[in-house]
Amino acid sequence: MLTIEDLTVRYGEHSALDGIDLDVGDDEIVCVLGPSGSGKSTLLRAIAGLEPPTGGRILRDGTDLTGVPTHHRELGLMFQDHSLFPHRDVVGNVVFGLQMRGVSRSEARARASTTLELVGLAGYELRAVHELSGGEQQRVALARALAPAPSLLMLDEPLGALDRSLREHLVDELGVLFRTLGLAVLLVTHDHDEAFALGDRVAILHAGRIEQVGSPVELWTRPATAFVADFLGWNVTRALAPGLSAVRPDALRLEAATGRPVSGMGAPAIRAPVMRGMITRQTFRRDHWRIQVELADGTALGVELRDTRPPELGTAVEVTVDPADVIALPD
Amino acid sequence: MTDPARPVGVAVLVAVPVAFLVAFFAYPVATILGRGLWPSGRLDLSPLGDVIGDAALRDVAWFTVWQATLSTVLALAVGLPGAFVLARYRFPGRSLVRALIVVPFVLPTIVVASAFLALGVEPSLGAILLAHVFFNYAVVVRTVGGLWAHLDPHQEQAARVLGASRVRAFTQVTLPALRPAILAAASITFLFTFTSFGVILVLGGPTRATLETEIYRQTAQLLDLRTAAALSILQLSAVVGLLVVVGRFQDRRAVALGLRATAVTARSVRSLAERAWLGANLALMLTLLGVPMAVLVARSFATANGPGFGFYRALGELRSGSVLFVPPVDAVVNSVLFAMVATAISLVVGGLAAFAVVRHHRGRMLEAALALPLGVSAVTVGFGFLIALDKPPLDLRTSWIIVPIAHSLIAIPFVVWLVTPLVRSIDPRLRETAAVLGASPHRVWREVDLPIVGRAFAIAAGFAFAISLGEFGATLFIARPDRPTLPVVIYRLLGQPGALNFGAAMAASTILMALTVVAILTAERARVGDIGTF
Repeated sequence: MLTIEDLTVRYGEHSALDGIDLDVGDDEIVCVLGPSGSGKSTLLRAIAGLEPPTGGRILRDGTDLTGVPTHHRELGLMFQDHSLFPHRDVVGNVVFGLQMRGVSRSEARARASTTLELVGLAGYELRAVHELSGGEQQRVALARALAPAPSLLMLDEPLGALDRSLREHLVDELGVLFRTLGLAVLLVTHDHDEAFALGDRVAILHAGRIEQVGSPVELWTRPATAFVADFLGWNVTRALAPGLSAVRPDALRLEAATGRPVSGMGAPAIRAPVMRGMITRQTFRRDHWRIQVELADGTALGVELRDTRPPELGTAVEVTVDPADVIALPD
Repeated sequence: MTDPARPVGVAVLVAVPVAFLVAFFAYPVATILGRGLWPSGRLDLSPLGDVIGDAALRDVAWFTVWQATLSTVLALAVGLPGAFVLARYRFPGRSLVRALIVVPFVLPTIVVASAFLALGVEPSLGAILLAHVFFNYAVVVRTVGGLWAHLDPHQEQAARVLGASRVRAFTQVTLPALRPAILAAASITFLFTFTSFGVILVLGGPTRATLETEIYRQTAQLLDLRTAAALSILQLSAVVGLLVVVGRFQDRRAVALGLRATAVTARSVRSLAERAWLGANLALMLTLLGVPMAVLVARSFATANGPGFGFYRALGELRSGSVLFVPPVDAVVNSVLFAMVATAISLVVGGLAAFAVVRHHRGRMLEAALALPLGVSAVTVGFGFLIALDKPPLDLRTSWIIVPIAHSLIAIPFVVWLVTPLVRSIDPRLRETAAVLGASPHRVWREVDLPIVGRAFAIAAGFAFAISLGEFGATLFIARPDRPTLPVVIYRLLGQPGALNFGAAMAASTILMALTVVAILTAERARVGDIGTF
């Protein structure tokens, strides 16, 4: 169990991390999701002891890690750029951590081969790392981090450098692997799909602070702050309720100003707040249309339309929403 | 040809440097070797046997090797921490320090030697080693630091997380990654100290000799061309052998390193220990590099009647009984004029060569060939000029142009090393884009290649100028007595007894140093980022 208490990292005036509280259970996968510059990497570096914290504590099973040097923390860390050692071959990379722990040569080789098999690289032992594809390098980096059986595996944007189809494939693989091994994992990413697909819990990081922690479903259905709602693609606006509120783009209904419904989802039960506006933008996204409606007061709302073609640009429309879909946010 | 990748025929790029090298290096050196080994039209290798059989000359060879080895080890030991500090720590004045430490490297050997004399260092082995470290500190810092600044710090951090202590992470991850640069710095330093001339002549005292000074003595004082030729062959074989071995080793060691922009890898100094480490290194740089230069300047003003310009005024006079034929101040004018011409020649020949090195399939060979003059005794080259270039069409023996040509031989390899990385860095897609946008091959060259490489040319010009200002070994031979350069005048003054001569030598050294510093700092201003080794 890793516990982070009130962790702060400051560079001069600037706070990279500002009072972080977070814990990772023994076989739990926690994903930290945030835009670039939110402090994700700093968090991992502080846990690894690569970044001296300005305040707060990091505990493992109740023991304070503050004075423990990086190389005695027994963690695994995988960088986005893999950072494989270019002068060592594949097995040379994977045995590195075992060598540092004094594991005998033959045992280290055997464990490295087992780990390589685990990540699907059986037989790659003697390959040079620069001959490998991006996906293969990523697996070697994973094997290198896994081989010494770390108490916590940390991954910094592990799939960021890979192309989309490979990434989706690997997300599934990683999820299965982590759960089979029963590992404690802390993964940071800016990619929603990655975080929600892998995490038992997801923490949203913004400007060095955790905005919200919860299960993927909780976060996805009940964003707690304006930042989280906006980051997850909700409309955050004052146009729907007296205060600040959020609504998902697929919860909004469009009707032509004449009163004929254009949404294929049937007429909404409650037509409570009706907003008039005009379609100013429309883009096709694989399985839906994304429409932007500009209201009379200038507010732009994003609307998702499925199973139907949207009206022409410039068409006057009425936007309706079920009040149950509107979430009030703190101002 | 409309291929935008080849704006000028590659053949022309190769032809000019090769012709220059053949006419002004291969031919004179071959001539002087011929004089020694073909004395009467028949090959006579007995001088080689005589040299090897001569115990005194064997001692000279042995001393040459081990003082160079020791100098190299010391330069690495002192330079590596400096390389780390300048590569990895961000602190105010870092780029200035980086620029300033290059100054000793291009300072004339004769100035450095007199600086150590001014410090009160007696001629000794220690003095030689100290001067060699002074010279080559920048070679280590710039060569190794250049790579270090681009190494991905994540690799070392990954090793730390995997359980490696700081020391093990350094020896197991960073050191192997730095190996090519350390090897390069070591071989450059070894090369320079192996062929060291001015330092040995002034700081070695009468008993210590290297192959280089021995070649000078045999040629100029004993007029024994056979022995000089044999020694030159020994020296050249050693140098070529070293270059071949290093080249092989480098190729085998070449690994694709994950390099990063320096902006990402450098960080500010945080802990007290890091502050102390940075401070210690800066203090070392200041002491090792700054003090000798400061003392030199101070001594040039310390006349018998207190501080003043007496020694500088003495440079304007031609005293009776002097070994000089002209007032020393004339040498300033000569030096600057020669340096300007040498710079022009080096930029044209070296610039063409840099493009040839990148774009010709045998480019690496040309690069190696152009570096040869650095490994051949400057004295041999100088004497070869006098013997070989005495009949039309190359009857240059009495012409002043012979001096800048000899200087360019030394400067061209530096121009190539500075310009080549930038030529290599030009993304072919840039040229293709320009061509697609309608630029003719000539326009592509003018609008894309030249602006990108232009800055490197500015830096190279500064180095060529400084190298020409400081060249001593060949100039001592070929400069006409009535057109001496500053280093020659300083050497002559140091050879004369009396406080006035010594003071005048300090004053001339100060002027030479000032000219060099101005040239280098002007060049460094044009440097953007840190592409290029020196």
